[in-house]
Amino acid sequence: MAKPILIALALMFLAAMVLLPVVAIFDRAFAEGAGAYLAAIRDPETLAAIRLTIIAAMIVVPVNIVFGVAAAWLVARYRFWGRRALLILIELPFAMSPIVAGLCFLLIYGAYGPVGAALEPYGIQLMFNLIGIVLVSLFVTCPFVMREILPVLQVTGEAEEKAALTLGANGWQMFRHVVLPNISWGLAYGTVLTMARAMGEFGAVSVVSGAIRGRTMTLPLQIELLYNDYNATGAFAAATVLTLLALVTLVLRSVLNRFGPNREAHA
Amino acid sequence: MTALARPQPRILPGFSLSMGITLLFLCLIVLLPLSGLLWQLGQLGPGDYLRVMSSERVLAALRVTITAAAAATAINGVFGLILAWVLTRYRFPGRGLMDALVDLPFALPTAVAGIALVALYDRSGWVGQLLEPLGIQIAYTWWGIVIAMAFTSIPFAVRAIQPAIEELDRDEEQAALTLGATGRQMFFRVLLRPLLPSILTGIGLSFVRSLGEFGAVIFIAGNMPYETEIASLLILIRLDEFDYPAAAAVAGTLLALSLVLLVAINVMQNRLQSYLRSEG
Amino acid sequence: MSFEALDIHKSFGDTPILKGVSLSVAPGEFVALLGPSGSGKTTLLNIIAGLAHADRGRLVLDGRDITRLPAGKRRFGMVFQSYALFRHMTVAQNVAFGLKVMEGARRPPRERIAARVGELLEMVELPDLADRYPAQLSGGQRQRVAMARALAIDPQLLLMDEPFSALDAQVRQSLRGEVRALQKQAGVGAIMVTHDRAEAWALADRIAVMDHGRIVQFDTPDALRDDPATESVRSLVEGVA
Repeated sequence: MAKPILIALALMFLAAMVLLPVVAIFDRAFAEGAGAYLAAIRDPETLAAIRLTIIAAMIVVPVNIVFGVAAAWLVARYRFWGRRALLILIELPFAMSPIVAGLCFLLIYGAYGPVGAALEPYGIQLMFNLIGIVLVSLFVTCPFVMREILPVLQVTGEAEEKAALTLGANGWQMFRHVVLPNISWGLAYGTVLTMARAMGEFGAVSVVSGAIRGRTMTLPLQIELLYNDYNATGAFAAATVLTLLALVTLVLRSVLNRFGPNREAHA
Repeated sequence: MTALARPQPRILPGFSLSMGITLLFLCLIVLLPLSGLLWQLGQLGPGDYLRVMSSERVLAALRVTITAAAAATAINGVFGLILAWVLTRYRFPGRGLMDALVDLPFALPTAVAGIALVALYDRSGWVGQLLEPLGIQIAYTWWGIVIAMAFTSIPFAVRAIQPAIEELDRDEEQAALTLGATGRQMFFRVLLRPLLPSILTGIGLSFVRSLGEFGAVIFIAGNMPYETEIASLLILIRLDEFDYPAAAAVAGTLLALSLVLLVAINVMQNRLQSYLRSEG
Repeated sequence: MSFEALDIHKSFGDTPILKGVSLSVAPGEFVALLGPSGSGKTTLLNIIAGLAHADRGRLVLDGRDITRLPAGKRRFGMVFQSYALFRHMTVAQNVAFGLKVMEGARRPPRERIAARVGELLEMVELPDLADRYPAQLSGGQRQRVAMARALAIDPQLLLMDEPFSALDAQVRQSLRGEVRALQKQAGVGAIMVTHDRAEAWALADRIAVMDHGRIVQFDTPDALRDDPATESVRSLVEGVA
């Protein structure tokens, strides 16, 4: 009795709120035909934005992997003073408005900020360029890798690591042969999430990028620019690229949930 | 009988290395920027802070942000509960797809979400077209902001409530039904009460997320000062005017609000859980 | 190889776990640490293995102080309670691990490692399962792989933490004899933690009876039976003999 009504309600809500907007992106992108779509994607400024977005992500993702693995290992395997505070700090970027996050970076690393002002005499500029984009992207993606690995480490426990130690493995061998294979699925998913978020971040990046056409425009910023230029096909065509990235992320998530090991850690 | 004088190294290797990497990253990427905001606020002084915050435009922006976030949260509270219930309790064709759809707003970049919502709700959009003859306009109004906020925060509500429904004691439901409880009584007594902590957490997270939402909102909001201008946008406008103190004042307020809410959610969750447990 | 633990103390916070425990293992001897849960036997074994630090006391191997030597440098083979097999490695890879991670000069060439793994699997009677993964093995098979892995590094001492507790009674009986035979064949001293007195009696040359962080008596099974030091040892013995 209640079941069909509730399912229908849930379906209608999701269709109207989530599915239709995504379909609308593709509808508008192809409104002027496939030729116009391809031309819009091949626009030099859009291609430059795609290139910059990929370069930034290629820096952000490895740095975040190193941090995420180190932080997860630290929190999962040791008890120390300030451990809970550390966890809260790592989660904090999750709860912050991206604009506030961008502002924070501007206030400290910008030309008027203490660090930015100290570096200026040496000709080092951190904001309104690739460095600024990378820094804020690191901030907004901060918890992603760590969050995926931590539960896996907690579920697998330390026994295998200790066994490796008694067999004579050094720290690196233990990590390379025992820890890494055990966390690989979580690490893979965390990496994909980080990449998707780094490529898609809009608010924080818009504060620190400087938005120089063809030079410091990432793909989301380019979408805004095209949209405000009344270039609907261009904006929605660029948006399809990021939408596909999001869909790939979701497919990977369900693949992980269905076939990956350590499923209990992700439930 | 040698007493061990030196501090003992930890058994599992990597403590110093992982601590070093973690602290370096957090200092440069999280702590230092946050201190930048505090530093700017410190330079501002209470008098200036109050002057900035009491301006009509700032107050209006905060009002728009908070009321829209509250409305979005109300929508998500109701539909988040329904979605979580349907996804955990029922098996039906298309359930997997539905489950993935819930995460889509989380995965979709906010700017993309923003223009997608406009495409759907403006006068030429599929939904906007239907509503226009009825005299209802969503795009470029307060309602547009609500829709955008609800869109980006729905996963937070659903995913917070789902685990609690999984843990619900089905025997208790059956027992309540056999004892002659009506559907409504059962819903409130047996279901809602144990779910309350996670529902509050879900809508709390969804509210915090809505307060800070920017990308999805600005395309559909219309951004009229005093009417459809959200706080995040006002910060950006002040920044473009190089009025850093004013930007910092609004940003600090928004951040403080989110933090207080997050702490409150945490405390409330712990209290309610132990209260419910003690009740048996 | 003779091993000695001298006056080991250990507490977790304010709770003392080990209150001055001393133990010795002669070359080739099989010693059982017998006691109820919470008596401190597993903590003692971990300290010997280098997987925990003692607050006070010394560990001596052949006259050499190894108290501060890290676990990996002790070359003690350890069989963990739940075996702790590497779940993403095959049986052969599990057994070979200790040989592969040896430092440059000491690491045998690849063919030698493969030959040694084959030999060990032959010894634990699992030659056909070399390419299986731990998840595809029965409990008894896992236990044998764990033994082979610990013996692969040619250990100076074999440590076993409740090695039979995860097995059903029938497998347990048959494996006991095998473990003792393997240990004799390897000629290595062994320490086994157990709460099962029948197991201790069946396997050990000497039994250390532990209670509340102390060793109350450390002697041969016969001596424990003929001359129990305390009432609790007496009641313990009565059940077996």
